[in-house]
Amino acid sequence: MDLDLTEDQNTIRQVFADFFSSEAGPGRARGAEPVGFDPVAWERLQQTGAPGMGVPESLGGGGATLADLTVVVEEAGAHIAPLPVVDHMVTARLLATVGACEDDVLTGAMVVGLAIRPPVGDIVRTVPTGAVASRVVALDGEVLLAVDGGPGTHLENHGCLPLAHRPLEGATVLADGPDAVAAHSRALDEWRTLTSATLVGITRTALDLGVGYVKERKQFGRAVGSFQAIQHLLADLPGLLDGARLLTAKAAWAGDRAEAGQPGIADAGDNEITDFATLAGMALVVAGEAATLTTDRSLHVHGGYGFSEEYDIQLYFRRARALAVLLDDPARECRRLADLLLGPAPDSGPPVSGPDANTEYDENPEPHGKGEPHEGPDALVTGATA
Amino acid sequence: MDFTLSPRAAEFRSNVKAFIAENLTTDVVDAMHASGTFNDKAFNAALADAGLLAGAVPGYGDRDPIELYILFNELEKAGAPYDGLAVSMLVAGVINAAGTDFHRSRVMEKLLTGRFNCCLGYSEPDHGSDLAAITTRAVRDGDQWVITGQKMWTTMAHEADWVILLTRTDPDAPRHKGLTMFLVPMDTPGIEVQPVPTMATERTNATFYDDVRVGDEWRLGDLHGGWAVMGVALAFERGVMGGTNPAVPLLRHVRDWAAGTPSPDGATMLHDPLLRERLARTAIANQVSQLLTLRAAWIAATGGLPGLEGSMAKLYSTGRYQQAVGWFQEMAGAEGLLGFGVDGAAADGWIDYDAKHSPVTTIYGGTTEINRNNVAERHLGLPRAR
Repeated sequence: MDLDLTEDQNTIRQVFADFFSSEAGPGRARGAEPVGFDPVAWERLQQTGAPGMGVPESLGGGGATLADLTVVVEEAGAHIAPLPVVDHMVTARLLATVGACEDDVLTGAMVVGLAIRPPVGDIVRTVPTGAVASRVVALDGEVLLAVDGGPGTHLENHGCLPLAHRPLEGATVLADGPDAVAAHSRALDEWRTLTSATLVGITRTALDLGVGYVKERKQFGRAVGSFQAIQHLLADLPGLLDGARLLTAKAAWAGDRAEAGQPGIADAGDNEITDFATLAGMALVVAGEAATLTTDRSLHVHGGYGFSEEYDIQLYFRRARALAVLLDDPARECRRLADLLLGPAPDSGPPVSGPDANTEYDENPEPHGKGEPHEGPDALVTGATA
Repeated sequence: MDFTLSPRAAEFRSNVKAFIAENLTTDVVDAMHASGTFNDKAFNAALADAGLLAGAVPGYGDRDPIELYILFNELEKAGAPYDGLAVSMLVAGVINAAGTDFHRSRVMEKLLTGRFNCCLGYSEPDHGSDLAAITTRAVRDGDQWVITGQKMWTTMAHEADWVILLTRTDPDAPRHKGLTMFLVPMDTPGIEVQPVPTMATERTNATFYDDVRVGDEWRLGDLHGGWAVMGVALAFERGVMGGTNPAVPLLRHVRDWAAGTPSPDGATMLHDPLLRERLARTAIANQVSQLLTLRAAWIAATGGLPGLEGSMAKLYSTGRYQQAVGWFQEMAGAEGLLGFGVDGAAADGWIDYDAKHSPVTTIYGGTTEINRNNVAERHLGLPRAR
């Protein structure tokens, strides 16, 4: 048990906090709108080794763990870096898994991205990095595809993210069958985890912005932050922020364990959750809520200025919402999690995807009577994805 | 971060789980709800005899202090009667931090046998959140102190062997600086206990102190230093010793009820998409609550005093518990209004129980508003609002 960052991670955090504070931040994010990509900053990021740092050293990467990567991308989120850091890192790891991580991907000279939703017809729609990635990796049924020919045409959007539709036409097969499905599912859980970390960073800065503003802004002759009505809008947020960060860190920890062949469990009845897929989905729901609520309240306490383009909080507000719903409606994500936690509802078809394929769950547990203590682990045991 | 328990802590947890499986019988749980006294001396004594209480005092002994968190979290998740034990161990921790050898040998060592109880005498009829305004007086008379006043919400007073009493010893000093804490044997002449029934099953008490005489050796902490002792006691109370995972048994009870309850469309309630979403949201909140609690325990374990972190854990977990209870009572409809032992009660009466119990959780141990003040002022650095 250790809830501190490792010494290495503290160094990583400092390095990337410094990097993003000079190569990202509100000014650079504004300059990169509406596409949400800063090519100069991306070129400089390549010099840090970040694009390939999550790929195993044996394949030429930096050998960083998923936990290490959360530290990097929290800083990217805190400085709303207009850079496809999460998607590139996750996709590079996925490509490495199927033996297709080329040098240009490791260095970042070629931007790659992940199709986080299945194709509709012969198009993958609103790919998060579709407007900047040369290559997008998509799962079509059981076939993992490299969709080249990018970048695609940018779709203007709420969060100023580099969204684009990408046609599958001309895509090449990277892998197929259950291994391909498992690899994509694992990548998607890594995307959930790292997007959560990004949202934690956004939440952190948004809270600082709101608190900083209410200490300075005076009305009725005193700082508005001295009013209890304002204080209580903000006081629930640090717990939500820290909870999101801890849950994200636990998801990354579980992801690193799963990769090392240690499966986790998801036992909602005993609140014992160590399964990566479950924790990754939970983290995204919590981090999405934390970022949405925090940016909402922080914007609100800015009064009219929060709504104006001039102030920075609106940049965080829009990106928080975009990242929180990009993959799916959080309510639907919760129903997917219910399948992992409760076993699938018989009418709802097979489990959604991934490591929940081999679940064992007693469909008709004996109701516990009043007074009957909880008996042992009625765990949903899930296999680890390697 | 590493969320793996040390081998010793893991062994401790499995011992606690085994103890609960063996000793937490239907009779024990039924008795606690029938009597309204969430304290079972035989159960506590058996815990001590099994060697499971030795690590339960914050800051005491050579045990991994994370054991404290494990013990109370497991008892809470299982729905065991742990309230009396938590208060006793909290007081043992305060004695360990601020007490004398006399207090250790006369009280703390006895508390560790599980056969004795203590209760908390802070609030008064006219002073709850504004605790520094209490008026119970302690007046020196030679080597003795004479205590006169009234305390409210002295839960477990009817079971307790001692009470820790916050008293005013200097009415002329600024309010926080004229307070002194005493440890008072409950069999001292002049103490009267009157029951205060509550709308849930729990019993609490009002206690009256009429010329209660104790020697100076019963003073706990410095003369006029009572507020500092309170700070230690509250840091232990909020977040670390149970009280943050009440929705774990709730989730189990609702899940098992739903699996056996037909829904209007002919399937079971466990197929209901909204119930599934809400069970997943509850499971997520349970994880976050656990992690925030673990963080507070971790800080205590590494030598800190997690006052703020405990406030955050309490704010988050109690709010989510009440939200979940509200969802499930609505979804259970009329059957959710039926209590223990009533024919047709949803979840054997547990939904009704939690709906009646949950309001107190945002009140006791510092109200939500007091905890928000705490976070706003001491964590966010906002000006004092009162």
